[in-house]
Amino acid sequence: MSAVAQPLLAVRNATKRFRGLTAVSDVSFAVMPAEIFAVIGPNGAGKTTLFNLIAGAFALDEGEIHFDGRRIDGQSPDKICEQGIARTFQIVKPFPELSVRDNVAIGAMLRAPDMDSARAAADEILRKLDLFDKRGQKAASLTLPDRKRLEVARALATRPRLILLDEVMAGLRPTETDHMVAALRDINRAEQLAIVMIEHVMRAVMALAERVHVLHHGASIAEGPPQEVTRDARVIESYLGLKAAH
Amino acid sequence: MSASPASPGARQTVALALFGLALVAAPFVVDRYILSIILLCLIGAYLGQAWNILMGFCGLLSLGHALYLGLGAYGAAALYVKFGIGPWLGVFVAMALAVAASFVIGWLGFRFRIEGVYFSLLTIAFAESARIGFDNWAWLGGAAGFFLPVRAEDFGQYWNLRGGPFFFYYLALALAAGGLFVSARLRASKLGHAWLAIREDAQAARALGVNVTRARFMALFVSAAMTAVGGVYLAFWGNNIFPGQIFDMAHSIDIMLGPIVGGVGTLFGPIVGSFLLVPLGEALIEALRALGLNAPGAKALVYGFLLMGIIAAAPSGVWPWLARRLRLQDREQ
Ligand SMILES: Nc1ncnc2c1ncn2[C@@H]1O[C@H](COP(=O)(O)OP(=O)(O)OP(=O)(O)O)[C@@H](O)[C@H]1O
Ligand SMILES: [Mg+2]
Repeated sequence: MSAVAQPLLAVRNATKRFRGLTAVSDVSFAVMPAEIFAVIGPNGAGKTTLFNLIAGAFALDEGEIHFDGRRIDGQSPDKICEQGIARTFQIVKPFPELSVRDNVAIGAMLRAPDMDSARAAADEILRKLDLFDKRGQKAASLTLPDRKRLEVARALATRPRLILLDEVMAGLRPTETDHMVAALRDINRAEQLAIVMIEHVMRAVMALAERVHVLHHGASIAEGPPQEVTRDARVIESYLGLKAAH
Repeated sequence: MSASPASPGARQTVALALFGLALVAAPFVVDRYILSIILLCLIGAYLGQAWNILMGFCGLLSLGHALYLGLGAYGAAALYVKFGIGPWLGVFVAMALAVAASFVIGWLGFRFRIEGVYFSLLTIAFAESARIGFDNWAWLGGAAGFFLPVRAEDFGQYWNLRGGPFFFYYLALALAAGGLFVSARLRASKLGHAWLAIREDAQAARALGVNVTRARFMALFVSAAMTAVGGVYLAFWGNNIFPGQIFDMAHSIDIMLGPIVGGVGTLFGPIVGSFLLVPLGEALIEALRALGLNAPGAKALVYGFLLMGIIAAAPSGVWPWLARRLRLQDREQ
């Protein structure tokens, strides 16, 4: 064992092709335990595809993914979740006919001996994400910002060591964004939770991320602290320039 | 929230207890004919409960549940008639047969990602194949049917399911009550919640650590085994089995109509649906007979229109509507 800290997540030369299109092209990066890491890039850059590769929803065409020193690519999504990686869906996937509480309790079930303790764990998370008062409602009746929060709550309920957040700030008002940022930072500190976030909301990226990885047309074009990356000419051209334009 | 003296949960318990008491008392109050209709309601409620676990909880639509019914019926009856092994033991063989068949269907369906309607077609294909197979299986009587001996000296051998109408009535009541109990316990369990999650969104369930294939197999097994027990009951109650009847598509449809009309995915839907549809069917037969309308298909036609009416009036089922009306429930379920 080396004394040098081992990355929690290591993506090595990951490549994914859809017919002719290379959605993720030779992407490598590592995330340290309890680190907050952001993945940014213009629409269609391959960010969600990258998450699907890590979470086991898609098979890699080339490369490897290691979590906590073990190779995880090729495993099923439920096995990967069991090992401690939770993910949210950009296009939210609530269980519409179930209550908000049951939605989260189903996530908590993974590490709870029975439904009573799963519900207790769910309540605790619902409080943190300001959803406790809505716990009795059907998920179908929630507004989009609340559904985004539910998505995060459900993933947190699986007690992950790494959470993959796919644009959970999209559609939130600035105050709501700040709220979510605060909640995530609390959980990150209290539970040593590592976070990889895909985010277009630069306000959240600048506030949270220690390092940012930039994708463009499936390829990595920059990586570093947010202040540095946002000054990178290629990043400004490919992405931030686009953002500034509107 | 309201000023009602009892919570919906408490009212529900009271309603269920009253309903149960009425059913226990029924043999001493009603005549044989009515009793036989209540018995059919109870069997329908039980089988509906089994089907509902698969479709209502886990979201897998089986259109061929008659398969498990027939395998259960033939399994236990053959053991009894051919080898002298009583149904108290045969019921386990019956369940094992049904579980094995459901495993093959599940394996094909899940392994080759046969989903949605294609999965349903697969279940029909298996039920129909079984019907044709048993039609031609001379050892078990083939299309001419398989008969259980009815001997006066066997009467009272309750462990061999040899008894009178009262015995079979209470057995049906026990099955319906047991089915409700199993269904309720499962729904409240972790496995039950995994099923609900899969029904709502399998991909999201998988991302939360639910082993979707395993949970789907469990739903299939429980549903098939419960249905097979119903098949054992039917065999020893009627003392005859015909492949063209027990494996018939119409039988599969009958099993699912109760929970559909009562409320798919609810605990009491299968009961309410069965207690609505069975008497409705009987009343219709009587009414058409009284009117002298015995054209073939007349019953099916009127029955179909009535079903459409009920489903249009209460699209998510009669039970959710009834529960709201009688304030037996605070929210979902
Ligand atoms: N399942 C799929 N089949 C075929 N092509 C796909 C599939 N998923 C994604 N793609 C394609 O891969 C490319 C990358 O898509 P991806 O969803 O990963 O982008 P993204 O960076 O998440 O974009 P956005 O910011 O809009 O969410 C796009 O061109 C997309 O059309
Ligand atoms: Mg995306």
